[in-house]
Amino acid sequence: MVPITTLHYLIVAAGLFVLGVVGVLTRRNVVIVLMSIELILNAVNLNLVAFSRLWGLHGQVFAIFVITDAAAEAAVGLGILIAFFRNKETVNVDEVDLLKW
Amino acid sequence: MTPVATPFFFYLLSGLALLGGILVITRKNAVHSALALILTLLALAGLYLMLYAPFVAGVQIILYAGGIMVLFLFVIMLVSIEKSQREDQFNKQWIGGLVGAVALGALFVRVFVRSKALHDLTGMPMAQLPEQSNTQEIAVYLYGNYMLAFEIASLLLLVAIIGAVVMAKKRI
Amino acid sequence: MLDYVTSYLRSNTTPGQAGNLLWAFIYIILIFLGLSVAVIAMNWLERKILAHMQVRLGPMRVGPHGLLQPIADAIKLLIKEDIMPAEADKSVFWIAPVLIVITAFTTFIVVPFGPTHAVTDMNIGVLFMLGVSSLSVLGVVMAGWASNSHYPLIGALRSSAQMVSYEIAMGLAVVAAVLMTSLHGNGLYGVAHGAVGDGTLSMIDIVKAQQDQHAWFIFKFFPLGLIAFFIFAVAMIAETNRAPFDLPEAESELTAGFHTEYSGFRWSLFFLAEYSAMIAVSSIAVTLWLGGWLRPFPTWLTGETWDLVFSLFPAATFLLLALIALVGTLRMPKHPYFRVQTLGLAGFAAVLALIGILLLLPPVRDRIQDIYWFSLKVAGFMYLYIWYRGTFPRYRFDQLMRVGWKVLLPVGLGVLILTAIVGVLL
Repeated sequence: MVPITTLHYLIVAAGLFVLGVVGVLTRRNVVIVLMSIELILNAVNLNLVAFSRLWGLHGQVFAIFVITDAAAEAAVGLGILIAFFRNKETVNVDEVDLLKW
Repeated sequence: MTPVATPFFFYLLSGLALLGGILVITRKNAVHSALALILTLLALAGLYLMLYAPFVAGVQIILYAGGIMVLFLFVIMLVSIEKSQREDQFNKQWIGGLVGAVALGALFVRVFVRSKALHDLTGMPMAQLPEQSNTQEIAVYLYGNYMLAFEIASLLLLVAIIGAVVMAKKRI
Repeated sequence: MLDYVTSYLRSNTTPGQAGNLLWAFIYIILIFLGLSVAVIAMNWLERKILAHMQVRLGPMRVGPHGLLQPIADAIKLLIKEDIMPAEADKSVFWIAPVLIVITAFTTFIVVPFGPTHAVTDMNIGVLFMLGVSSLSVLGVVMAGWASNSHYPLIGALRSSAQMVSYEIAMGLAVVAAVLMTSLHGNGLYGVAHGAVGDGTLSMIDIVKAQQDQHAWFIFKFFPLGLIAFFIFAVAMIAETNRAPFDLPEAESELTAGFHTEYSGFRWSLFFLAEYSAMIAVSSIAVTLWLGGWLRPFPTWLTGETWDLVFSLFPAATFLLLALIALVGTLRMPKHPYFRVQTLGLAGFAAVLALIGILLLLPPVRDRIQDIYWFSLKVAGFMYLYIWYRGTFPRYRFDQLMRVGWKVLLPVGLGVLILTAIVGVLL
């Protein structure tokens, strides 16, 4: 068998990234869009940690910061979602098309 | 720790991660998508363990799978209405989205195929990442070189907490 | 092949360190068996001890003194009809108990029963255990949501809110104990400043730090270690949804909380996971504060004779239990209807006595020491769990959240800051 190199991990990360981009661009449900954004962030994390195996621990420290930021962003995003849902009773992104209603 | 059966675990975990990713973007029920995302997160934690990064794996399990996904599940339970499951799941510009994603994928493929540095990794010495002191060395970096980023991250979390509370309250 | 098996026996690390899959599997199977026996014993013990605390007898009919009651309960649960609510989300309904059981059992791969008796010794041992037990919140939320009914939903929301709140207090108490691992002093207040990055999250190294510092962390920097232990002890009861924090699953409040709609085998999975989680968090408490596998008074009572005395404790425990069973046999009513029960109890007493005698042999005696002291301390915690259930009234939900956020969190922060200050100043 081919020994597992960094390139294998990068390909997995790229696959997850593309899946996340597809999710963000095509889904209507806001919560699923937010979850696709989390997929993108995880793909980036895998990339960072795979390279840190080669070049030292800086990648892992950066990955920890990315996870922290993802938590903050998910909290704020879901707060916005709840505030919006209370007004308009919908969770579809393409029904958010008026600046004032 | 001596690695055991690395290719088997790598293919298993990355297969689970990609399967979870596909399920996230295709399920109608948002709770099923959240469960698939949990599967992806746990598979990624396993991949981090294989990459000699146990602390990042532990943080991923505690924060991401045990914290953020609980938050997602609560919000899904709060806003999930029955009729949203019977509507269209994909929006009107799904073709454009797919084309864009395929273009991105092609870009990745070109970069990976053409880069000599990624193919020539056998000559490059791997970093010394002893697993027994991973947490301690990350702590040295976190409280040494990256102290400012650490403090800013804590400030960011404070702002996020206050912001989320203010936005989700019924009356300020 | 034989070399693969015996090469591990000559090493002095855990199977995970040595990369030995076969022995890791053997340890995992032993842990499974041990946990099953422990859960069965806990079931019987809980009913009997609770009954005696309430001045009644508990189960007496099924076996001699109700010893076969857990088996009868298990058979009943296995042959019950498996009901699924009509509008329930089938896949989520199925996955929830499986997820909770998996997380409850996965935490046991880092629990150290001895210096080499763990499945593996991860660098992030304590972090791993806390993280995997935080995954059980997901299972609870899923169980409540998938049942598609009011009581489970409210129970699940309350239970998950409670578990998440008390995880923070647990984490702070754990960090206070981990801080103490980086001090290299000697005795209760001894501190010797080591290099940067000296503390450890690994379970085995935490117990070794207590061994090197000649002080269990519960007594270190007295009373700071004690307060940290107390915070963890309270938080771990709330984390496992046990009395007095069992509002989400109390029968008089919410029928049965998040596992109302589960019946038969699925309910027994929740039950199994609850007791395993209790044993897991008790193992964390024992490892971090009570010195893991160390015997009491290793520095006061040293020397060959004291070592011999303490090494006779396992055998003494089993022989004492055999004696109690023998007394029970002699007090059985002398009626032909009780013949089978009397014989059964006598057989049980004989088995216990045999184990006790087996533990007197020197080769067995030396190897069983660490496992015995660890199990004894965890068993003490289990008795405390049952004692609290029989003694304390239940917390109302807002009182519960108040205690978690307004009492335990500030006190935990205070203990952490004080421990750090004392560690730097001394």
